[in-house]
Amino acid sequence: MTGPAAIGAGEGGEAAALSLEGVTKRYGALLANDHVALEVAAGQVHAIVGENGAGKSTLLQIVYGTVAADAGRLRVRGRDLDLARHSPATAIAAGLGMVHQHFMLVPTLRVVENVVLGREPRRRGRLDLDAAAAEIAALGERHGLRVDPWRRVEQLTVGEQQRVELIKILWRGAQTLLLDEPTAVLAPTEVGDLFAVLRSLAAAGKSVVLVSHKLDEVTAIADAVTVMRHGRVVARLAAGTSSAEIASAMVGTDAASQLTAAAPGARPATASRQAAAVLAARDLVVPRDGGGRGVDGVSFELRPGEVLGVAGVQGNGQSELALALAGLLPVRSGRVLLDGIDVTAAPTGERLARGLGQVPEDRLLRGLVPAFDLAENALLGRQPEFTARGLLARGRIARHAAELIAASDVRPPDPSLPAASLSGGNQQKLVVGRELSRPGLRALVCAEPTRGVDVAAAAGIHRRLRQAADSGVALLIISTDLAELRRLADRIAVMYRGRFAAVLEAAQASDRALGQWMTGATA
Amino acid sequence: MRTRAATSIAIALLIAMAAASLLILAYGQSPGHVYAVLLGHTWGDRYGLGQVLFKSTPLIFTGLAVAVAFQAGLFNIGAEGQLLVGGLAMALVGARCGGLPAPLAIGLCLAAGALAGAALGALPGWLRARFGAHEVINTIMLNFIAQALALWLGRRFFFVEQTVHTPAIADCARLPALGLAGSAASVGFALALLAAIAVHGLMRHTRLGFELRALGQSATAAAAGGVAIGRAIVVAMALSGGLAGLVGAGTVLGYKGYYEEGIASGSGFMGIAVALLGRNRPLWIVPAALLFGTLAHGGLAVNALVPKEIVEVIQAIVILAIAASSSDLQRLAAQGQR
Repeated sequence: MTGPAAIGAGEGGEAAALSLEGVTKRYGALLANDHVALEVAAGQVHAIVGENGAGKSTLLQIVYGTVAADAGRLRVRGRDLDLARHSPATAIAAGLGMVHQHFMLVPTLRVVENVVLGREPRRRGRLDLDAAAAEIAALGERHGLRVDPWRRVEQLTVGEQQRVELIKILWRGAQTLLLDEPTAVLAPTEVGDLFAVLRSLAAAGKSVVLVSHKLDEVTAIADAVTVMRHGRVVARLAAGTSSAEIASAMVGTDAASQLTAAAPGARPATASRQAAAVLAARDLVVPRDGGGRGVDGVSFELRPGEVLGVAGVQGNGQSELALALAGLLPVRSGRVLLDGIDVTAAPTGERLARGLGQVPEDRLLRGLVPAFDLAENALLGRQPEFTARGLLARGRIARHAAELIAASDVRPPDPSLPAASLSGGNQQKLVVGRELSRPGLRALVCAEPTRGVDVAAAAGIHRRLRQAADSGVALLIISTDLAELRRLADRIAVMYRGRFAAVLEAAQASDRALGQWMTGATA
Repeated sequence: MRTRAATSIAIALLIAMAAASLLILAYGQSPGHVYAVLLGHTWGDRYGLGQVLFKSTPLIFTGLAVAVAFQAGLFNIGAEGQLLVGGLAMALVGARCGGLPAPLAIGLCLAAGALAGAALGALPGWLRARFGAHEVINTIMLNFIAQALALWLGRRFFFVEQTVHTPAIADCARLPALGLAGSAASVGFALALLAAIAVHGLMRHTRLGFELRALGQSATAAAAGGVAIGRAIVVAMALSGGLAGLVGAGTVLGYKGYYEEGIASGSGFMGIAVALLGRNRPLWIVPAALLFGTLAHGGLAVNALVPKEIVEVIQAIVILAIAASSSDLQRLAAQGQR
């Protein structure tokens, strides 16, 4: 490990609450965790931060035993655990407890029933909930986890449900708590309550490891911060580090991407700022699932050949923006224009027919039908093109699929394979290739074009996107990978809380500046 | 995939036969003898074969109805009601067709049945698309409504005095018998075969079929691919209801010559089992329906040796064994949990 020197770990003589060494996990060509080392002291709140796909959640799952590591060592309170035989059962026995991002509660059962589920206390063969309820009340009193043991979980708020999850693992004797994005589901006022609970737990000697990408929260709660990027630990920072410093460590351009990055100015300036906008949004407001506004007043204009990058920490409205532009989410107010025509109320099919392409953020959810074969997936979204009097043109579809597979270098090149059998990178190549080969393509909304894609395939996808822009297609590229945006975009808009907080020329967008806008530090 | 499905069906059939053999033994008969009688009186003589084809005809239509909906990710439990309104509509049109050329009269009757069934299918489809009301509940409920409606309409307006059936259809609207030793089999069976081939072609070779299958596999990806989801749901349910509405081709047009209270009842629910056994593939529906048709008629033939309920036990075990191995059903269960 050649990262910065460890700070604040392993001080004092006593054994660390949790220590990891050389933890490695590979998914195909992707190294999710690359010799990760981590040390968490007793009584410490330790935050792991990083972009999407940095390997934070994988690491947590390895510690809790839900994902098997390929290599590495795990010690819990001085005791070695065999990672090869590690499972949630051995993790719980060693005093680890995990709160998943999606709660594992039975909504129709009471709080006390959920807490004891699987470990029901019995007295003379009968279920004894009263004792457990008293223990829950006592735990709640001690750590500020107030919740009525006799209420049904379905009647609780999300914040209360999270408290039930915490009580559940504490009641089972957890000494080290693993929390995956604990604040993602909470309202701002609930975040404060949660942090008070975590402080109280730390004061009682318990350790907390939490994964987050909300930097202002991390600086508010963490005693130590480990920053991950591309599966590696790139920085270990002490409490008191500013969120801007953490942000630049998180997104910092690494050597590899600098090598392949073309200077933005080197791109032929086909983007004509005088031409009419191909794709435009005016004061777009899109509701968020579960209330509030996902997109809160976004406007932009994209001319032929222009590439606008959208940066931002996940969950700041990028997903809603992409879906609304494609007609997959209803718009509350504002307008979407395609070639000057108002398509705000037009169904997706009409937008596609007018020359809009889309690379969805989640290819398995929206980009592909996993059970369909490659030929059928090559057809998906383009079926009107290949239909004559209601009948599918089999011959043309087969030729199109073969060409697409060859041009996009999809492997294995067999049109009869189900898309689900391909690696993520090859699935993505198929989706990007399908969208870019649309006849009459005018604008492409492209979300996370290279998520989970290996380096070589990512380079290919970048090349094809740039070719498309050079040929006059307007591109909107939403990505959490800043190096990618800088490589492709003319301008980079930073999305924060549903708005474009800033729009910077790509050449002038330093990691530091972007990081500050992304975290609202400059707002 | 395909061979695995075929293997699991073969295993299910073997399990069912083995279990039934035990029952037959317990009843003091020889399983070999009983099976021989069963086959002899179904596929072994012309009349038996005709009856098998006759009993399979409604099952092919209802099996196709369930399969089409299922391929689009929808569960149509309403074939039972759809076939009633379809049969009634056929009989009413058929009774007013006197003097028309036969092809026209038959075509009108079939169209009437399909339209009535399609309307009853489209309604829960629309409720699902518009309000998110689950089609399983609504199609089940509509079965009761259709039953009561058909009976009330019949009694109030259409049934012949003192009976529970409509007047006879015109001769030109009757589907000719297949001429199998006076059995009830008619050209309706051939129409059912044509329907299976047509549905296969629709699902595999048309844009509509492609979009419906995409909807069934991934509604989110279908929406992103420009499929108008609400419309597709209504169309799928209408298609499904229309196929169920054609059941009367075998019973009303091909056999009775009128609509009668309770005609073809049970075929709608049996269609679910047929679709399950046929793995929701239109062309597999035909052999699956023939199997259930064989058991239905064969049960009567072996009644002298063992109670015909033993044959029903075979049917039930086939369904259970298929259901247990069906990935479709597992997928549906997973959807239900979401």
